[in-house]
Amino acid sequence: MATTEIGATEQASRRHTRRLKRQDGAFFWLAWGSAALVVVLLLGILLSLLWESLPSIGHFGLPFLWNERWSPAKDIFGAAAPIYGTLLTSLIAMVIAVPTSFGIAMFLTEICPKSLRRPIGIAIELLAGIPSIIYGLWGFFVLAPIMQHTVQPFLINTFGDLPIIGFLFQGAPYGIGMLTAGLVLSIMILPFITSVTRDVFETVPVMLRESAYGMGMTTWEVVRRIIIPYTRLGLVGGVMLGLGRALGETMAVTFVIGNSHRIASSLLAPGTTISAAIANEFAEADGKLYTSALVELGLILFVISFTVLALAKWLIGRTESY
Amino acid sequence: MTTHNPITRRRHRRNRVAMVFSIFATAVGLFILAAILWELLWQGLGGLNMKVFTEITPPPGSDGGLSNAIYGSIMLTLVGIAIAAPIGILAGTYLSEYARGSKIGEAAKFINDVLLSAPSIIVGLFINAILVVPFGTFSAWAGAVALAVIALPVINRTTQDMLALVPNTLREAAAALGAPRWKVLVFIVWRAAKSGILTGVLLAIARISGETAPLLFTSFGNQFWSTDMGKPMANLPVVIYQFAMSPYSDWQRLAWVGALLITSAILFLNILARSLAARSR
Repeated sequence: MATTEIGATEQASRRHTRRLKRQDGAFFWLAWGSAALVVVLLLGILLSLLWESLPSIGHFGLPFLWNERWSPAKDIFGAAAPIYGTLLTSLIAMVIAVPTSFGIAMFLTEICPKSLRRPIGIAIELLAGIPSIIYGLWGFFVLAPIMQHTVQPFLINTFGDLPIIGFLFQGAPYGIGMLTAGLVLSIMILPFITSVTRDVFETVPVMLRESAYGMGMTTWEVVRRIIIPYTRLGLVGGVMLGLGRALGETMAVTFVIGNSHRIASSLLAPGTTISAAIANEFAEADGKLYTSALVELGLILFVISFTVLALAKWLIGRTESY
Repeated sequence: MTTHNPITRRRHRRNRVAMVFSIFATAVGLFILAAILWELLWQGLGGLNMKVFTEITPPPGSDGGLSNAIYGSIMLTLVGIAIAAPIGILAGTYLSEYARGSKIGEAAKFINDVLLSAPSIIVGLFINAILVVPFGTFSAWAGAVALAVIALPVINRTTQDMLALVPNTLREAAAALGAPRWKVLVFIVWRAAKSGILTGVLLAIARISGETAPLLFTSFGNQFWSTDMGKPMANLPVVIYQFAMSPYSDWQRLAWVGALLITSAILFLNILARSLAARSR
C-alpha cells in the first residue's frame, strides 16, 4: 500500500517535470524561431529582389549600371541617372549635415549649461521622430519656393559665371532639384548623426577630459585633440549611419527632386534617385521589363545601403567596446 | 585673455570661432524644428474641422474629410504592431537571454541592426512581391505586414537592450526556487522589463504610423470607405502624398491636416515612450 503511494507521487512528479521540460522546449523554439525569422527576412528580401530583377539583369547585363537612358515606351532602361542622383543628393546632405551635427554635439557635451542639455537634446531627437513625408511636404511647400525665389537666383547670379565651379550653378531656378533634395535630406539625417556623435562624445572618460582642461586647453582644443581622436571610429560610424539613411530615404526626396531621368551638371537641375524612381513609377509600371528594371534599382540600393550600414554598425561597435 | 602672447591669442580666437559655429549649428537645428512645427500647426489647424473625421476623402475640387484614411492608418498600424510585437519580443528575448555571447547570436543582432535602418521602400518591394503579386491585388494585409517588417527590428532591439538591464540576481533567485527557464523569463524577467519593452513597442508604433514608402505598393490607397483587409485600404501617409502633389487646393489643405494629425500622434507617442522610459530607470 505504502509503496504504491510513493510510486504514484513519484510518477506524478516525473510527469510534472516532463511537462515543464516540454514547456521549456516549446518556449525556447518559439523564441529561436522568432530570432531566426529576422535573419530569414533579410535573406528573403535579398533573394526576392534578385529573383524579380533577373529579367532586367538578363536583358541589360552590366551596362545597366552606366546607361543613362530610361525610356519606358521603348523598354530601354539604364540606372545611371538614379544612381548619380542618389549619390549626389546624399553627398550634398552629408556636406551640410556632418559639420552641423558635430557642432550641435559639441554644444551639447561641452558648452551647453547643464539645465538646457536635456531639453535641447530631446528637441533635436524629436526631429528624428518626424516621419519623412512631413519633411517632403515641408520641403515642397516651404523650402522649394524659398529656393526658387531667393536662394537659387542668388547662387546663379553669384557663382553661375565663375570659371571652375560655375557649371554647378547654372540653369533656371526651378526650386525643386538636386540641391533642394540634398538640403531636405540633410535636415532629416541631422538628428541621427547628432545623437550618435553625442553618445560617442560621452564615452570619453571624464579623467581624460578634465586633465586636458587642467593643462589649459581651450574647449575647441579639447574637442579637436582629445575627444575627436578618442572617438574617431564611432564618429565615422555615426556619419555612415546618416549616409545609410540618406541613401535610402524615399518620401522626403520624392517631393522635391523633380523626377527626371537625366544627369545634369548643375546642382539646381531636377533629377531622380533610386528610391524616388521606385516610389514614383513602380505602382504604374506595366510590362515585365519595366517592373524588373525598377526592382533591379532596388537591389542596387539595397546592396549599397547594406554595405554602408554594416560598416557603420561595425565601426560604432568597436568604439563601444573600448 | 589679456595676454599679449600671439600664440595664446590665436588659440583663443580659434576657440571663439568654434564656439560660435557650435552655437550657430544648434540654433539652426532648433530653428528648423520650430519652422516645421509652426508650418504644420499653421496650415493644419487652418484646415481642421469636424468634417475631417466624419467624411471620406473627396473627389478633386470638392469638400471632404479623411475619415477613411484615418481608419485605415489606425488599422494598418494596429495589425502591423500586433504581428511585430510578439515576434519582436520573443526574438529579443532569444538574442538577449539564450544567445548571450554566442557567435550566431551576435550575427543575428548585427543583421537586426542593419534591418533597423534599411530603406523602407525596399520592404515595400519585397512585400509587393510576396503578398501582392501572388494574390493579384493590393491589400491592407500586405500593408500591415510591410509595416510589421519595419517595426520588428525596432521592438527586437529595444527588448534586447531592456532585458540586458534586468539584474542577474533576479534570474538566479527565480531559478533557485526551481522555476523552469520559461517561467523565469515570462514571469520575472519580462515583468521586470515591462515598461522598457512597452517603450519599444510605442516607439515602433510611432515609427510605422508615419511610414509611406512601404505602403505605396502594398496597401496602396482607396478613395472610398473600406474595412476589408483583403482590399486596398486608404491610409494617411499615402493620402498626404497624393493630395500634396495634386494641383487642387482642397486636396492640399487636407494633406496638411493629415500631416498635422500624424505628426501630433507621433510626437505624443514619443513623449509617452520617453516618460515611460524615464520612470523605468
